[in-house]
Amino acid sequence: MSGFALILRRELTLAVRSHGDVMTVIAFFAIAASLFAFGVGPDLNIQARISSGVVWATALLAALLSLERLFALDYEDGTLDQLFLSGIEPAAMVLAKVVAHWLTTGVALLVAAPAVALGLQLPAQAYSALIAALALGTPTLSLLGAVGAALTLGARRGGVLLSLLVLPLYVPVLIFGAAAVEGAVLGIATTSPYAVLGGLLVLSLTLCPWAAAAALRHALE
Amino acid sequence: MADLHFAPADFSGTDLACRRGGRIVFASLSFRLRSGEALVLRGPNGSGKTTLLRLMAGLARPLSGRLCWNGAAVADDLPAHGARLGFAGHLDAVKPALSVRENLAFWARLRGAGEAAVVRALAAFGLAHLAEVPGRVLSAGQRHRVALARVALSEAALWLLDEPANTLDEAALGALKAALAAQLGRGGMIVMASHGESLLPNAATLDLRSAAPAREAA
Repeated sequence: MSGFALILRRELTLAVRSHGDVMTVIAFFAIAASLFAFGVGPDLNIQARISSGVVWATALLAALLSLERLFALDYEDGTLDQLFLSGIEPAAMVLAKVVAHWLTTGVALLVAAPAVALGLQLPAQAYSALIAALALGTPTLSLLGAVGAALTLGARRGGVLLSLLVLPLYVPVLIFGAAAVEGAVLGIATTSPYAVLGGLLVLSLTLCPWAAAAALRHALE
Repeated sequence: MADLHFAPADFSGTDLACRRGGRIVFASLSFRLRSGEALVLRGPNGSGKTTLLRLMAGLARPLSGRLCWNGAAVADDLPAHGARLGFAGHLDAVKPALSVRENLAFWARLRGAGEAAVVRALAAFGLAHLAEVPGRVLSAGQRHRVALARVALSEAALWLLDEPANTLDEAALGALKAALAAQLGRGGMIVMASHGESLLPNAATLDLRSAAPAREAA
């Protein structure tokens, strides 16, 4: 088995054994979205109007929640040192951890999104668009987040710093992700938001693992 | 493992200097190590023993000077350098949610060592009866033994150990001495930071006080 597959499998084992982390993300997603429903009030038309944006914005915040721990635990217990010395290319190691993060957090958001959207009165014709856009957008969130998590490693109040660093980078994903869902709601669906989301994914896939690996090496010094 | 023997190699550092937190920790430090040789780092707290070990591992970068393996600069291929060394620092890298065996098996597979190497390392460090115990219930000394077992099973040519005798009991100390002797016997190298009595009586000593920067007049 390659180093990439070994690290991925171990990360998933660790995630399964501490499944509380994933449940926290889903619970946060559901509660944050329901705050909007309560805040806007019982007007179902307004809720339906804002639902695509709200689902995306809260999914984004939920993804951010778990990012702080992406490298922090391995940094604190010395695992990161050992991973850097294991002979595996650091960018491949980062990518394995990012894929594991997406398989736990991103997929959990995908599964929970329809229920959350239902609570926000998202029109029925937009659900497939929501799932497709989230499937294409959430890997980018994990990749960009890995760079932020690596850069803020070891910093005091790293969590706040991480949000300030990563949330602005999430804006393009939010805009085009919400646009994809909005198009389906209004019945004017086009492929262009998906094309942009796909482009963002390819771009972050080619840049983020190397950027995060460089930031991690710097943090270890 | 018994038939393993390392090809002759040469690990050297020339004119190394390192800075931490804006302060020069050591300067103009040189060393040279050949197959089957060991080097013991000595010096008071803060003299840079840990820093030098991390520098030798390629985890930290020197301010100046160069590290070479068989004449080739270590910095040119850090993953390859990492693959030929085993490192046990102050942190034990034991995952609380994984059993001792799972902890070790991951690192063994990552380095291409087989299941047999894990069993041998567990036995060598008196961990066999703890193999299925999760990392979270281990004592500090037991966790440290897992870290040393990871180095032993790595089949690495160079061992970098930071105060390996810390928190070890009599039996584990004996196991460590045996592992060190075996490593030198098969042509491996050891660099070890140590305070107390030497685990390697015949090893060369590098006193970091000799490389401390001259104190500036206040």
